[in-house]
Amino acid sequence: MKRLVLALSALALAGTAAFADPIAERQAIMKANGKALKSIAGIAKGAEPFDADVVMAALKTLNDDAQKIDVAKLFPEGTETGGDTTASPKIWEDMEGFQKAVEKFRTDTAAAVAASPADLDAFKAEFGKVSQNCGSCHETFRIKKG
Amino acid sequence: MGIVARLAIGAVAVCAVGAGAFWALTAPVRLDDVALAALGQGDATRGERMFWAAGCASCHARPKAEGDAKLELAGGVELKTGFGTFVAPNISQDPRDGIGAWSVEDFANAVMRGVSPEGEHLYPAFPYTSYARMKPSDVADLYAYMKTLPAVAGRAPEHSLSFPFNVRRGLGLWKHLYLSDGPVIAFDDPPTDAVLRGRYLAEGPGHCGECHTPREMTGAAKTAQWLAGAAAAEGDGIVPNITAGEGGIGDWSQDDIVNYLETGFTPDYDSVGGTMVEVQRNMERLTQEDREAIAAYLKAIPPHPNGYPPRQQKPSS
Repeated sequence: MKRLVLALSALALAGTAAFADPIAERQAIMKANGKALKSIAGIAKGAEPFDADVVMAALKTLNDDAQKIDVAKLFPEGTETGGDTTASPKIWEDMEGFQKAVEKFRTDTAAAVAASPADLDAFKAEFGKVSQNCGSCHETFRIKKG
Repeated sequence: MGIVARLAIGAVAVCAVGAGAFWALTAPVRLDDVALAALGQGDATRGERMFWAAGCASCHARPKAEGDAKLELAGGVELKTGFGTFVAPNISQDPRDGIGAWSVEDFANAVMRGVSPEGEHLYPAFPYTSYARMKPSDVADLYAYMKTLPAVAGRAPEHSLSFPFNVRRGLGLWKHLYLSDGPVIAFDDPPTDAVLRGRYLAEGPGHCGECHTPREMTGAAKTAQWLAGAAAAEGDGIVPNITAGEGGIGDWSQDDIVNYLETGFTPDYDSVGGTMVEVQRNMERLTQEDREAIAAYLKAIPPHPNGYPPRQQKPSS
């Protein structure tokens, strides 16, 4: 029991620590998104056979991650710079537009999970809608840095 | 005649010669007869490929246009640079506000030499420095395709530039120094057809070097650091090094590059961002063969380390 309490405390601490560093936290979410996408991109391209379980697992990860993007917590004032953030200043200049873009990503990933695609064509349609968000949002709200 | 008068006459003469030389050296130079003869009969179907390869809509459609609105070339996209703000003009088929009244020769002189039908220099924010390398027949095809696009009334605002950049005539000198229709990269060994095709697409219509190559103070491309990456023309960001040099994409396979151009995802499934989003959406409309050619070219060009300064590490608080 003592061990469990300790473990839970450690987890809680880890959770707090992560949020104490919103830049690291949002980057971890984006990395996880990339990984989930990579696991199903081959299927979407027709390079790998359709596998409903693999697809659902990835879509769920993407959706869970999308719901985690709490703009107020992950992009607070003061995290415009620092660390190796590549967030664009436009996030803070156009918070409303950014919120909208995040909201769209959440809606699209939730819809993809709800659709539970059972074949390649159904999946491709959802994959297209979900993955389109990456470039659209990064077009305005991310900058490349040296 | 007194010494003062003689000096005055001398000074006036020097100024006159200087002004004359400036006038002669800054005169717009149009395409020669050989190039004009090579325009031939444009083909609209082939021209659509050039339209996307050259990225016309990315600057000349209205800001944030999507879908069919991309074919309404009303202009209005702003490019805020150190020289001032350039505004992409209306190049729709409207005869008054757009280019609907232009002949194919007018169009080719604008695209390949940066000279307007009125004989004025156009600013190289319009990348004729790259389009100069296009085949005249491809430019005629592009003209034919653009003839099929809608006329949209309304003029975009004028550029807003500071002196001396607002003196168009001065661009004549600049063109003498920097406008060339020859290829940038000369290969030692005879390149494959794919590399040559990729060179044409990337250095000509695709105008990759306009953003991915660092520039001199004058705005000319530093061709010794071709595609090595550069500070972005707008904002604080950078445009990545796409050679195989340090910091570049040497660890991407040719297929990785093709996939990126087609889908917008890097080998790590990071996504395309910034102004490249528009470019990638153009590239996905090309054929697989064209994307493979561009990738083959990028794998064949000389490697360079990053063409932009390393990032200033800010202490994180």
